[in-house]
Amino acid sequence: MKIHEYQAKALLAKYKIPVPRGRAAETPEEAAEIAGELGGRVVVKAQVHAGGRGKAGGIKVAETPEEAAAHTQSLIGTRLVTHQTTADGVPINKVLIEEAAPEGKELYTSIVIDGSAGGPVIIASEAGGMEIEEVAASTPEKILRENIDPTIGLQPFQGRRLAYGLGLGDKQIRPAGAIFSGLYRLMREKGCSLVEINPLIVTGDGALIALDAKVDFDDDGLFRHPDVQELRDDSQEDPLDVQANEYDINYIKLDGDVGCMVNGAGLAMATMDIIQLLGASPANFLDVGGGANEEKIAQAFKLLVSDPKVKKVLVNIFGGILRCDVAARGIVQAAREVDVDMPVVVRMRGTNVDEGQKILEESGLNISFVPNLQGAAQKVVEARSSR
Amino acid sequence: MSILVNDETRLLVQGITGRDGSFHAMRCREYGANLVAGVTPGKGGTDVEGVPVYNSVAQAVAETSANVALIFVPAAFAADAILESADAGVPLIIAITEGIPVMDMVSVGKYLKDKPVKLIGPNCPGAISPGSRAKVGIMPGNIHMPGRVGIVSRSGTLTYEAVAQLTELGIGQSTCVGIGGDPIIGTDFVEILKLFQEDDDTDAIVMIGEIGGSREQEAAAFIKECVTKPVVSFIGGATAPPGRRMGHAGAIITGESGTAKAKQQALSEAGAAIAYSPAEIGSTMQRVLSSR
Repeated sequence: MKIHEYQAKALLAKYKIPVPRGRAAETPEEAAEIAGELGGRVVVKAQVHAGGRGKAGGIKVAETPEEAAAHTQSLIGTRLVTHQTTADGVPINKVLIEEAAPEGKELYTSIVIDGSAGGPVIIASEAGGMEIEEVAASTPEKILRENIDPTIGLQPFQGRRLAYGLGLGDKQIRPAGAIFSGLYRLMREKGCSLVEINPLIVTGDGALIALDAKVDFDDDGLFRHPDVQELRDDSQEDPLDVQANEYDINYIKLDGDVGCMVNGAGLAMATMDIIQLLGASPANFLDVGGGANEEKIAQAFKLLVSDPKVKKVLVNIFGGILRCDVAARGIVQAAREVDVDMPVVVRMRGTNVDEGQKILEESGLNISFVPNLQGAAQKVVEARSSR
Repeated sequence: MSILVNDETRLLVQGITGRDGSFHAMRCREYGANLVAGVTPGKGGTDVEGVPVYNSVAQAVAETSANVALIFVPAAFAADAILESADAGVPLIIAITEGIPVMDMVSVGKYLKDKPVKLIGPNCPGAISPGSRAKVGIMPGNIHMPGRVGIVSRSGTLTYEAVAQLTELGIGQSTCVGIGGDPIIGTDFVEILKLFQEDDDTDAIVMIGEIGGSREQEAAAFIKECVTKPVVSFIGGATAPPGRRMGHAGAIITGESGTAKAKQQALSEAGAAIAYSPAEIGSTMQRVLSSR
């Protein structure tokens, strides 16, 4: 789960990590009030769940409260399109009004879970302000890493090693260490999957300030953190994604026109792959999950065809825990309810496949049943849609 | 002899009184697995279709000499269930449970590191050795046939797809293992490849990977160095966009090494035959076997 920058900074502040003074605003009046309290030059930052805001025009500098109000007026209620969003962008419902930070050297630091290392790893770099992926690719020697042992946590000597490695001065070693350990405690106590400060500014007088921050949470751990769940903002997600989340379906919208419904994430990816290999393009990733029942299959199918880009559908079910007859009933139920007017190809194998095939054939609906993967993919790619 | 599960497997199911636990415990027994015990705290002294249920793993092991634990315990309590089996000295633990918080698994992984315990999963379909009728997991038993090809995979239903293709071509399996799709897993490709390489009853290996992380590259390095048996590989997610999590918590492209292309290339350079289409996993293995 993602949260906004202003929420992430509030969490950082709780863990004693210095952030610029500021608050979120929803109206120009609020923005002017906050800018007045802060005094002097402020920054107006669009609050959206996407990076690349600066280049997209989502971050503006204001010299006066009036100017802050004007910028807020121009941002709130619009949609911001960045290189990380779809072409539709994401809605701006709030802005963060913040004191303009002094100029300074820009550093990077983050903590992620590294599967190969078997635990959390803290990363730091003197090349702040950039995408860390690019730094890792072009100048890997600028990336410092420390593996964190979960039983004892991040140790002060590791923090010092990072701080010296970043070329910080003697007076900054202790505050830098406090930032690193605060980040780790935040991650551990709130169940984060990522905590990132980029850039971490070293000001002219040697102070360290988290100028931008990103905090993501492990969805599987959210049940332990009701306070974190309250930070959710569904307006930032695609409405179809939100609906899928409600039904507990793994759904990701893509750009093609062949809708896919599959059981299992690996098989779902493989199904997308074979569609592409045959020259067509998948409209989505959709995994109905292991223990799906008839109702969930029906919901998934309806969700899938509600995407106006979808011109035809390929269902690929390998019956194991999920029985083919159950899947067939769900598909038939959904297809009747929404009156599907496009080619639907169903490939089924495994548990109760004969019964499943019978249910599809006796439904009287225009659904083609193909028993093997290659044949089914070919059939859907070649199918002509009137939609 | 196959790997991991075999004629000597004495199976214990943790969470046997739950809906999924009881259903799959019975499917394992029907297929031929030697199901000796179940564990559900508070239900000790009862039975599930004749299988004795105990309050603790230690008690179940003492009474029945169980040597493999299969876990269906809900995600919030699954880490504890794994640790309980490890503490009771069960040498092989297979965790089916999906959605365990990642920091729970970090602690579990750390605890198990120096113990004589192998954990498969979590979020995996389990392991099956058709020749021994040893099914320890949720895979449909009837698609398998005894034979000499080993399968290791990060995925569930995609593994069934590969198995079905092999069986249709008359190519049987020694053991099929799903290692799970989470970022933190108990056993990775390399350890399973090592077991297959050492197994006298395995002639060739199918390895099914997917986008995200760098486990496939680690496997490729190991194959180059230590595996003399032929390997066929398929990598799922060639068409997945970067930055979006494809269902499995581990299946997300962050950085160059996470792409299907980088993984295919590493495996190909290590000598593996790559199936580029998921429909060609079986036929690629057939070609490899007939050219030997």
